[in-house]
Amino acid sequence: MKIITVEACYAVVGLYLFVLAGRIAAEREHPRRWGSALFWTLLGVTFIGAKILAPIIIGYLVVAMVVLAATGQVTRGVSHEVSREERVGHAERLKNRIFWPALLIPATAVVGTLVLGELHLGEVWLVEPKQVTLIALSLGAMLALIVAMRTTGARVGAASREGSRLLQTLGWSLILPQMLAALGGIFAKAGVGEVVAGLVAQTVPTVVPWVAVVAYCGGMALFTMVMGNAFAAFAVITGGIGLPFIVKLHGGNPAIMAAIGMLSGYCGTLLTPMAANFNLVPAMLLELDDKHAVIKAQVPLALVIFAANVILMMVLVYRF
Amino acid sequence: MIKLIGVALIAAGFALRINTLLVVLAAGLATGFAARFSLNEIMAMIGKYFSDNRAMTLPIVLMLPVVGLLERYGLKERAEVLIRRSKAATAGRVILLYTAVRQISISLGVSIGGHAGAVRPLVAPMAEAAARGRGGELSAASVVQIRAHAAAGENIGNFFGEDIFIAVGAILLMKGFFEAQGMNVSVWAMALWGIPTAFIAFAAMWWRCRLLDRRIERAATDEQKTGGAQ
Repeated sequence: MKIITVEACYAVVGLYLFVLAGRIAAEREHPRRWGSALFWTLLGVTFIGAKILAPIIIGYLVVAMVVLAATGQVTRGVSHEVSREERVGHAERLKNRIFWPALLIPATAVVGTLVLGELHLGEVWLVEPKQVTLIALSLGAMLALIVAMRTTGARVGAASREGSRLLQTLGWSLILPQMLAALGGIFAKAGVGEVVAGLVAQTVPTVVPWVAVVAYCGGMALFTMVMGNAFAAFAVITGGIGLPFIVKLHGGNPAIMAAIGMLSGYCGTLLTPMAANFNLVPAMLLELDDKHAVIKAQVPLALVIFAANVILMMVLVYRF
Repeated sequence: MIKLIGVALIAAGFALRINTLLVVLAAGLATGFAARFSLNEIMAMIGKYFSDNRAMTLPIVLMLPVVGLLERYGLKERAEVLIRRSKAATAGRVILLYTAVRQISISLGVSIGGHAGAVRPLVAPMAEAAARGRGGELSAASVVQIRAHAAAGENIGNFFGEDIFIAVGAILLMKGFFEAQGMNVSVWAMALWGIPTAFIAFAAMWWRCRLLDRRIERAATDEQKTGGAQ
């Protein structure tokens, strides 16, 4: 038995999304209050109901959210941001105490990851050991919120209002990472990867050892860009190109191939809007008008690291 | 080949700037139909994978109330005050320092930071304040550059530190893949061979951060020149 499960954390998220929806529904001057409130309610239902409702129902709920987003129903409310003077005033009053809650989140994450997973009385575990990172992060965020309210003297309403403001800044792009992960899942089930691996294996002369390395690293990066996820690319490209050519045909070292191959995939992650949680959501969080600004900043980095990976693998994989 | 239709749709949709969620849904449906799945099967897959990946959204939603509250009470403004006291601080150095902390901590198995928890409330405002402390008011383009590089630093530190720690998802996934193929590959070896790239990635980030500082400086002097001519 586990006392704190990751499902409980998802339920807290769901409940908070209901509160957010309620706030929006009550906002008379919100330009699209009913559509927006419905969107956040549906998202809350998917968070709480994932283990209760059939997947097909969640699927249709997701479609409903997409329709609301695509028809422009999910918009920001009228923002009531406090003036800079007021914030500077608070900053002068609170001094460095304002940092404590922000630092409490990583501190709880560290302690939680190291300790929480070990605590148990016989078969009764405090937290799910497999999900300890996520649970520690959730507990850290909640603990930090309580400390932040004590430090600033703010009430629950203020916290929920500020959270709503930021969530509405993100808007529907909040669910983009989950949507893209679902697309990646469909790609995998449909066998898109085998098609890509087959194409590369057929068109590239992988009988030459260094060409096999280029094809494998390139395949990892390209397929990661398509899937938005290097993990999904790894099994397909390593099974289709890496193992048959680098390891079996040319006798390369599988550990070196896998380690550098995965890191080549990460170069693809830096370049693709499909990896929305790393590239698009941050652009929204940082309130950049150009949604692709983060990717643009990462292009030179990704190209340099990728080239280094290919050279490293060429030098190392057939030598050790 | 027909199965690649989803990839084509994604590329076209992103290029034409159609609502991204709609493009992704259309690509999922098209790929599913091309692979001869029924509509209900596709819906069930979307529902399952959407639920399985709730962990991607959870940290953002739980983090935002506390981040929003702290911002309202002057977190960014205080970070700016602190960073101005340091004479050596530049936007690039702030971002590079964060990248180092992120990369080292995650290589030891500790995941701290994140776009919502650290980059938005702390790293980006500190980097901007450092740049303002040196060259005065920043152009809109410089602000975008600084923020985008702060996000890039988070990603670089996260991706290229992670694979050095053996208990992490990527290493275990590779281990599992090889086991399924009947091969026994050591997790220690895979973690070890991730180290050279980790150093190269950090060096690349150092280079970009230096370039960022130079660009900001140049933009500031250009502004002074044109300001003087008027």
